[in-house]
Amino acid sequence: MSIINRDDILETIEMIRSENLDIRTITMGISLFDCVSDDENKLCENIYNKITTSAKDLVKVGSEIEKEYGVPIVNKRVSVTPISLIGGGLDKNGFVHIAKTLDKAAKAIGVDFIGGYTALVHKGATKSDINLIESIPEALSSTELVCSSVNVATTKAGINMDMVDLMGKIIKETAYMTKDSNSIGCAKLVVFANSPEDNPFMAGAYHGVGEPDITINVGVSGPGVVHSAIKRAGNCDFSHLAEIVKKTAFKITRVGQLVASEAARRLGVPFGIVDLSLAPTPKVGDSVAHILEEMGLEMCGAHGTTAALALLNDAVKKGGVMASGHVGGLSGAFIPVSEDRGMINACYHGALTLEKLEAMTAVCSVGLDMIAIPFDTSSSVISGIIADEISIGVINNKTTAVRLIPVYGKKVGDTVDFGGLLGYAPIIKVNNLSPDRFIKRGGRIPAPIHSLKN
Amino acid sequence: MNAVVTVIGKDTVGIIAGISSLCALKDANIVDITQSVLGEYFAMIMLINIEKLSVPFSEFVDLLNNFGKEKSLEVHTVHEDIFNSMHHI
Repeated sequence: MSIINRDDILETIEMIRSENLDIRTITMGISLFDCVSDDENKLCENIYNKITTSAKDLVKVGSEIEKEYGVPIVNKRVSVTPISLIGGGLDKNGFVHIAKTLDKAAKAIGVDFIGGYTALVHKGATKSDINLIESIPEALSSTELVCSSVNVATTKAGINMDMVDLMGKIIKETAYMTKDSNSIGCAKLVVFANSPEDNPFMAGAYHGVGEPDITINVGVSGPGVVHSAIKRAGNCDFSHLAEIVKKTAFKITRVGQLVASEAARRLGVPFGIVDLSLAPTPKVGDSVAHILEEMGLEMCGAHGTTAALALLNDAVKKGGVMASGHVGGLSGAFIPVSEDRGMINACYHGALTLEKLEAMTAVCSVGLDMIAIPFDTSSSVISGIIADEISIGVINNKTTAVRLIPVYGKKVGDTVDFGGLLGYAPIIKVNNLSPDRFIKRGGRIPAPIHSLKN
Repeated sequence: MNAVVTVIGKDTVGIIAGISSLCALKDANIVDITQSVLGEYFAMIMLINIEKLSVPFSEFVDLLNNFGKEKSLEVHTVHEDIFNSMHHI
């Protein structure tokens, strides 16, 4: 092998063959601003046509690249302009009509999910925002592929507590409306602080207002590759450990960059960003928790877990940044409980609690993700959990999010199986002391100060 | 423009013959080849030029994959760009 090193070839093949290296998603962002119409039917027709025209080759091109480079591309997705901005003036039923249109368009082009059933209400909500949010339970229970997100806070605007209050109720209602399928609607609904405009990952993907007409964003993965690299290194010190994660993240991200630029070229649209993510799946050998355990923790959730995650998250970004022309999205290690075998195991053993997960989210890339809780958790307790998590993002100038699933008919200790990549999880214990009076105060928590950082 | 074919599996007669005749059939020129047998296991890495390939590359990948399946071998055929971008700064 005169040009390419033999060991490099074997290393790459090994990553794909047994360490689950994959591209988690190619997401095409599509602006729907040019679809706007004051006629609901015309609006839906325009939306359907724009999506099915712009993304008609997305799945085909994704599959071709997958085959030629030998790297699995797990999901092909579409994100669209926040629908509350497109459907101004519509009532709840009008928004549900758009949701069904998105679902139909997504099925027609064969993508796995479509995101952007979204409202941005961090400072205040318009009538259309409220109509969209109130339509979420029906929209998610009457569609299969539509994902929804609501941004309730930013570091610059503070926290819109009226919306935090409302989202607690919407999550409960969505869980009830999808009670026959393990409250799956809530797995497609995420509440954000500082949501990024170019995120390729669901359920929070939408195509931001500052984005071009159409763009390609790619989310990489590869917890198994990082895990194996750390295992091979043995008992090295932290400097060396961080170096290994950086080098591995560099390699993983280069694959993402290659796939992103190739997809953008073949589809004839601009490349947006690569999201430097470590996204786990419930498969064996694809767990972020197992990386933390390989670093030396008896089990994920042990004291030391937050420090291990902080090191991992930072090193992934440092390694990935140099490998890609443009970086964005959520970038960092994800800790979705039901989608990570190690996290699931730690929850079963009581090692990982909601409170520990909250602490971990202060140093990882997203937030309280895919956590199953008892259905009898009150909406104000859910709002309290949201308020806590969102405040971590607002104060620390980072993205945080909440994706909780109050599973109908389940109690602490039961298990719920969502199927596929969404995985399975034990129902986790929630502190049910009431934050009701706090949540009900209403209004906004002011934006934080950016000096005197302590 | 090159691609890399790797073959891993139990050693049998005719692995290289099979792969190289498929290459010849579809106009892929073999640039470099390295192979070793460890015990009963066979491992081969082949660099091929695919510029004059007579079929689309994805079809050629299928062809080699099917050969692998018939012989119970793991065959990976991938574009060289993935190795270049992953291992070169």
